[in-house]
Amino acid sequence: MTTTFSELEITADEIPHDGHISELSLMWRAFRSDPLAVLSLVILLIFIFGAIFAPFLTPYAAQGQGDPNILEKFNPPSKAHLLGTDYLGRDVLARIFYGGRSSLSIGFLVVFVAVLIGVPLGAIAGFYGGWIDNLLMRITDIFLAFPPLLLAIALAAALGPSFTNTMIAISFTWWPWYARLVRAQTISLKERSFIEAARSIGVPSWKIILTHVLPNVMTPVMVQATMDLGSAILVGASISFIGLGVQPPTADWGTMISVGRIYFLERPWYAGSAGAAIFLVVLAFNLLGDALRDAADPRTRRSVSAGR
Amino acid sequence: MGDAMTDTILQVDDLHIRFETYAGTVHAVNGISFEIQRGEMFGLVGESGCGKSVTGMALMNAIPSPGKIENGRVLFNGEDILQKNEAQMQSLRGGRIAMIFQDPTASLNPVFTIGNQILRQVRQHSARSRKEAEEHAFDFFERVGLPDPKRIFSAYPHELSGGMKQRVMIAMGLASGAEFLIADEPTTALDVTIQAQILALLAELREKENLSILLITHDLGVVAETCERVAVAYAGRVVETGQVDSVLYAPKHPYTRGLLAALPDSVQHGQPLQMIKGAVPDGLRPIAGCPFHPRCSDAMEICSIKEPAQVQMEDDGHIVACHLYGEGANV
Amino acid sequence: MSNPSSLLEVKNLSKVFVSRQGWLRPQEIRVHALNGVSLNIPEQSTLGVVGESGCGKTTLGRAILWLTPPTAGQVFFDGQDTATADKKTIKRLYHETQMVFQNPYTSFDPRFTVLQCVAEPLVTHTKLRGDPLRKRVRELLEQVGMPGNILNRYAHEFSGGQLQRIAVARALATNPRFIVLDEPTSALDVSVQAQILNLLQALQRELKLTYLFISHDLSVVQHISDQVAVMYLGKVVEINDAKTIFSGGAKHPYTQALLSAMPTVAKERQREQIILQGSVPNSANPPSGCAFHPRCPVAQPVCSQSEPPVKDSVACHLV
Repeated sequence: MTTTFSELEITADEIPHDGHISELSLMWRAFRSDPLAVLSLVILLIFIFGAIFAPFLTPYAAQGQGDPNILEKFNPPSKAHLLGTDYLGRDVLARIFYGGRSSLSIGFLVVFVAVLIGVPLGAIAGFYGGWIDNLLMRITDIFLAFPPLLLAIALAAALGPSFTNTMIAISFTWWPWYARLVRAQTISLKERSFIEAARSIGVPSWKIILTHVLPNVMTPVMVQATMDLGSAILVGASISFIGLGVQPPTADWGTMISVGRIYFLERPWYAGSAGAAIFLVVLAFNLLGDALRDAADPRTRRSVSAGR
Repeated sequence: MGDAMTDTILQVDDLHIRFETYAGTVHAVNGISFEIQRGEMFGLVGESGCGKSVTGMALMNAIPSPGKIENGRVLFNGEDILQKNEAQMQSLRGGRIAMIFQDPTASLNPVFTIGNQILRQVRQHSARSRKEAEEHAFDFFERVGLPDPKRIFSAYPHELSGGMKQRVMIAMGLASGAEFLIADEPTTALDVTIQAQILALLAELREKENLSILLITHDLGVVAETCERVAVAYAGRVVETGQVDSVLYAPKHPYTRGLLAALPDSVQHGQPLQMIKGAVPDGLRPIAGCPFHPRCSDAMEICSIKEPAQVQMEDDGHIVACHLYGEGANV
Repeated sequence: MSNPSSLLEVKNLSKVFVSRQGWLRPQEIRVHALNGVSLNIPEQSTLGVVGESGCGKTTLGRAILWLTPPTAGQVFFDGQDTATADKKTIKRLYHETQMVFQNPYTSFDPRFTVLQCVAEPLVTHTKLRGDPLRKRVRELLEQVGMPGNILNRYAHEFSGGQLQRIAVARALATNPRFIVLDEPTSALDVSVQAQILNLLQALQRELKLTYLFISHDLSVVQHISDQVAVMYLGKVVEINDAKTIFSGGAKHPYTQALLSAMPTVAKERQREQIILQGSVPNSANPPSGCAFHPRCPVAQPVCSQSEPPVKDSVACHLV
């Protein structure tokens, strides 16, 4: 005698309501309840918006892109020029907007390339282990040893200074961090039974990495990437500062500081605005990254479920 | 009840605990009440979500955030410990009240030796010199059946097995003067043969040291073989309380009955097990009336409307919260 | 050669885990997780495997499915030696053998929908896609008593018991004949466990399945198994009919101690406690002779000198 299948059925109302909150929703709720996080996001959106829509936001679009306006050079902030003009008479606010284009894009591009290279390598190293892991990690160690600035200088010396070379130099030294992060995540993920279940089903290893490992390591990667955006922008600005990055007349916050520091004591608005822009953006990315990390980790999110 | 000779060491009165989570308010404990006599081994048994572990932590006034005690009293030797401040609680915790958990590894600091940790606790709760505290600790290591106390003293937690760590935790509690031990699933993570050792140890300590023990567990078999009295919890409430012989062998509440009938031991080999249909409520959505009624095969109309009151069955303290026993109860 | 009536047979299966400690003069630590295990499981029956930590029962399940390739010994499925199987047979093995894991909460990818979870074996091994795939998944869910409208839900939305049902549905996707169940109810409440055990038994009858049921819980094993193998430190110390073992016919001292230690409500099963001293020994450093002798209440000198012979399915000198 055995139970009939109808006795074993679960009725629809025993399944939890569809109103169950997803992980992403919980994260968002935790995130938006943190005023600093929201503020950071707003600041960043303003800068990004400004960078993208620069031509429409300022009447001085041409100056932002480089056209000089010698007659009005070194004007302090006024109603016509909110942040004053620079050594060539160009509106500083417009230069900030346009400068955002190169400074912000360095940040995004570097992180994008670093993630693109580092994440798969880390996943492969972590999943297969053994000699593959050893080989990849030794390569990673080698790349980690390159200081970004020195590499940028070397590249600039060999190939000439430019936006692209800057980006290559920084990405070169950035991807190893992601490889390490993802490798560590993968190693701990490997022990979870759903990976074992996939193997017992007969899913080939490459497919397990693609469908199971990568999606599950993306959250810490995203948190790290957000914080890295700030750092990458900073390094990019440093390289431009020493003259090896974006070349004039293209606007860039790093070069603005570099040029403007000579006049800083008498005409602080030029270097000051660029410095403030960098400071705000980097700070905002750091706060954002922090808030994201807290929101992503169920423990720090303060959403403890009731005890047994 | 009301025998002048009984000595209640712990009394829990109408405890209500809730957790504010981002998913909503979880009502973990909804009016739990029970009493434990001195020198008694009392079982608090239930499945997941019944609130038993949270209750255990409430007895030390140590509920993790975002938990909050909404209501109720916890009387230890007559004093309401929920009214005490943190400083007073710290002298109680690990002193007269000790707690051991399912995973002893989590309660021991991996970078200090066992000896270091027990000495620290002993000296926090008593004025002893280091030498005296050491001898005191050795004495209790022996009492809990740990072989070679000197070796254990200088060992690190990872060098000991699960069973030995649990013994160490018990020794630490006793050595600091525990009168009352809260054991939250103390043997669930241990092998069966080790579990038998630890349970035998607890029974022995109860007799020799007059230790009162609250055993929180999901395992009815453990309760049957070690406890004198038991409270069965469901969805944050106690549904049945009484002597183990009454509750487990003449259960009155439909949930207790269902739980016992679902045990593989209850049926002949090959026969299907009796199931309780449905699942344990998740605490987020409150259920009107008796929390068990959606799954109860004896449910009546009143069960979905009114929460049942605790009803006394006989003189030996068998109490049931069920409308089936509403009329004709010996209140 | 293998026993013709058994669906699965294991001969002298061993698995040694080797790790190296230290780098100046590396020492090898060999853990004999499985040490010469032999057993066979007749078709449509259930073999229960019990033992405590370190006994090798988990490794056994994985070695049989080749998740953890054995170091020595043979596994015969349907008469075929799985080590020498050709590609076609290996594919067939993936279809016909499946596994259900212990922790329902971690045996599903948290980012996969129920559809993706249950369909994974089908997507990997068949050309089923789109609507026919969804239909099959719904059928499987129905078979385990779950409503069919949950395809787009995620694993974390369900309770433990419901998840195990989904796990069983996933295991049934390729129409297997043999399922290894590794502690499938250990993480579940008693009332839910009853549902899952009943479901497993009903499915076994309906679909003519053969089970290897691994558990540390004797009462569950006794209920669901036809035969029971008791393991200790990588070896099978006793194997017999479930009925015999649980009604007083257990011969090995370890089995007897295990049975007496199991707490139970049933008064008639509560025995005089045989409390074993000490704890399970380190598998890297097993005792000489019979691995159980240091804790055995009736050990004799011969027990520490030589390994016990197997007589009547019991590995003991004194039987």
